[in-house]
Amino acid sequence: MKKKVLTVDDSRTIRNMLLVTLNNAGFETIQAEDGVEGLEVLEGCEPDVIVTDINMPRLDGFGFIEGVRRNEKYRAIPILVLTTESDAEKKNRARQAGATGWIVKPFDPAKLIDAIERVTA
Amino acid sequence: MDMNEIKEIFFQECEEQLAELESGLLKLNDGDRDPETVNAVFRAVHSIKGGAGAFGLEELVAFAHVFETTLDCVRSNKLEPNQDVLKVMLKSADVLADLVTCSRDGGSVEESRTRGLVKELEALANGEALPAAEAPKAAKPVAAAAPAKPTDDSGFQPIPFTFDGFGEEEKVVEQFTYEVTFKPTRELYSKGNEAALLLRDLSRFGEMGIACDMDQLPALENMDPEASYFGWKISITTPKSEEEVRAVFEFAEWDCELEVKPAEASEGEELPMIPVPFDLSSLDDEPAPQPETAATEEASANVVKAVNAAVEKKESAAAAAAAAAAATQNNAAAAASSAGQTIRVDLDRVDRLINLVGELVINQAMLSQSVIENDNNGVSSINMGLEELQQLTREIQDSVMAIRAQPVKPVFQRMSRIVREVADMVGKQIRLVTEGENTEVDKTVIDKIAEPLTHMIRNAVDHGIESPEKREAAGKDPEGTIKLSAKHRSGRILIELQDDGGGINRERVKQKAIDNDLISPDANLSDEEIDNLIFAPGFSTADKISDISGRGVGMDVVKRSIQALGGRISISSRPGLGSTFTMSLPLTLAVLDGMVVTVAGQTLVVPLTAIVETLQPEASAIHSFGANQRLISIRNSFCPLVDVGRILNFRANQANPVDGVALLVESEGGGQRALMVDAIQGQRQVVIKSLEANYTHVPGIAAATILGDGRVALILDVDAVVGASRGQSLKPEMSLAAAG
Repeated sequence: MKKKVLTVDDSRTIRNMLLVTLNNAGFETIQAEDGVEGLEVLEGCEPDVIVTDINMPRLDGFGFIEGVRRNEKYRAIPILVLTTESDAEKKNRARQAGATGWIVKPFDPAKLIDAIERVTA
Repeated sequence: MDMNEIKEIFFQECEEQLAELESGLLKLNDGDRDPETVNAVFRAVHSIKGGAGAFGLEELVAFAHVFETTLDCVRSNKLEPNQDVLKVMLKSADVLADLVTCSRDGGSVEESRTRGLVKELEALANGEALPAAEAPKAAKPVAAAAPAKPTDDSGFQPIPFTFDGFGEEEKVVEQFTYEVTFKPTRELYSKGNEAALLLRDLSRFGEMGIACDMDQLPALENMDPEASYFGWKISITTPKSEEEVRAVFEFAEWDCELEVKPAEASEGEELPMIPVPFDLSSLDDEPAPQPETAATEEASANVVKAVNAAVEKKESAAAAAAAAAAATQNNAAAAASSAGQTIRVDLDRVDRLINLVGELVINQAMLSQSVIENDNNGVSSINMGLEELQQLTREIQDSVMAIRAQPVKPVFQRMSRIVREVADMVGKQIRLVTEGENTEVDKTVIDKIAEPLTHMIRNAVDHGIESPEKREAAGKDPEGTIKLSAKHRSGRILIELQDDGGGINRERVKQKAIDNDLISPDANLSDEEIDNLIFAPGFSTADKISDISGRGVGMDVVKRSIQALGGRISISSRPGLGSTFTMSLPLTLAVLDGMVVTVAGQTLVVPLTAIVETLQPEASAIHSFGANQRLISIRNSFCPLVDVGRILNFRANQANPVDGVALLVESEGGGQRALMVDAIQGQRQVVIKSLEANYTHVPGIAAATILGDGRVALILDVDAVVGASRGQSLKPEMSLAAAG
């Protein structure tokens, strides 16, 4: 069975880049545009891993991660955060919110897939 | 549109800007001192910088910034563009072109070349505006920013970057042995990490022996299912460096005790350990493994039980997964069907269709005309059929236009990111509120508003909203608000950008305009006129030059690009309360509903959207005001009368209003005017044909069209005519009597 990835990013460009990369690597991809939509989509999509941006309208990545971790059903899902630069402070906040790992943007497809494989069985 | 396509457009623009830059510099070299030439040169570099910023082409941004700073000195007459100066500038233009090429095709510009020029440019600018920190940044080789690597079969271009802690894979044959001690805390698991997966990753590095430390495992009744009791001791032989070994645990480093050391050095105390064969195949094959179980099964039955308890939550999650499976399937089905409902179509094909429909509309109008001329009683079946054809044509046209209609949402979304980033950069707290994101407008319009809108947003963040301290001192919320809204209004799209900042500082704007010779010192300007000075080329009120909103190049560029779209932009500002920019744009650039009118023997088309009502003035309603002004009283309010024939120089004297028809129009500048025309011929949808390619911009005239009888009619630019009536006369060289 294909692994399912939920991508949450407000940038259409990044969403599309993720989609192309993930589909090429044989993942099934579900998209959301921000944290609020991400939490909505999460219900009933059962992803194997979540890739989320930090800066988003309505609900940012930190809030989204906390939302996922609060949910009994989904709190064990690995979550990878997309950060623009290797900003230690942002990484730290994401980690405190419950992020599993991170990917630096602009991402290299191979590294993205590596990171996903690292956190999924 | 994918990243490559957007980027491709950026590079195409760069080519154009570079050509502009070079020809401008050459003109200056020939002794041309036209300020517009300097402006054009400056804008070319500024645009390249802006685009490069969006794609993170830092070297390009940094060099363009230095270049731009020096050009700004020329523009503000602080630096005389003599031969020596231009020599440096032309060289810089070459380097800029090389940097663009490198950003696109890969490769790098010699660091010494860039660095030398940066120094020369800075020397020319007298170190006036440039922070020293820019220099080393600019001097970096371009290779790191060059994204063009061979594409894979998806057309995806990998962008080189460093993945924290990952090193290049070295071709070192030498093998090292490391002793790794790894003891996760419970947080590691709560964040979705999995010790077994990390160990699997590590095992890919080479020969690995592993032992599980279960000393801390309590009795079953004392066990916390979510606590972490195990630690591992690993011995691994690999060509990788210690850094790389540590990098495996990168995601977990805060949530575990980790020790990595070369094997020789580890002769310390040995923990009592049970050696465990680490079967990794099970991890790779099973879709939902229970890793701790896999690792410990053979070691101890107790442990198995314990681990089973520890992973209970996972099982319950799996159960929940099964329960939700039905919902998932529904979702997937819905997603699949919605995906099937959209197709990607090459824009050229849609454009061709639109052009053809435009021709069809003209053709249908011509056919109607000749049928009417040849069919006296007007009830023949041909006439009936034609009416149906007319309706169908109209529907086809609407449908074709709808193909190109897109919500403004993507553009608005991009703006919110820009607000966040720029606000961060300047240390302000700003909230962006958007409204009407789903308002649809033609794709060409959307593509073209993104850039001016970006300029305006950056300006609003940089200049509009005050610093939190200033805001607090003024009794305002330290967090500023920028509101971006879109709505349809009478066949146009209205985009409003509202900030609750300090508003336009009219004193300063006026002084600056006087300093820049934009107005004479004794000019008597209304508040509105002062506010609109910010759209003048070369105008800037920022005390310090910033990297963000540039140097005032923004607003005149904004105004031009909006006008090029057939739009208008205006500003209204209240001191201390903020400013509102209002842009009004046509929904489409292809067709227009117009009223065909006669003025001094000429046929003109007035856009229907501008007309509020039409009326035949009575003599008693006309009042003279001053020497030439006349007002018409409509329902007890007075409205200035504008003779279109007079304004466009179709005739020398004003016509008698009583003989004509008044079109009450509303212009974007605000306020109503009554446009006097001789007669109304009818109402018609017309296909817009631009005049600019052949006649450049003709003041007072927006475009032309072909009427049903094959005649060419000019489309009136209502706002320009209204503006002209306010005393901002159309340029004197415009004489349409000759053109018509």
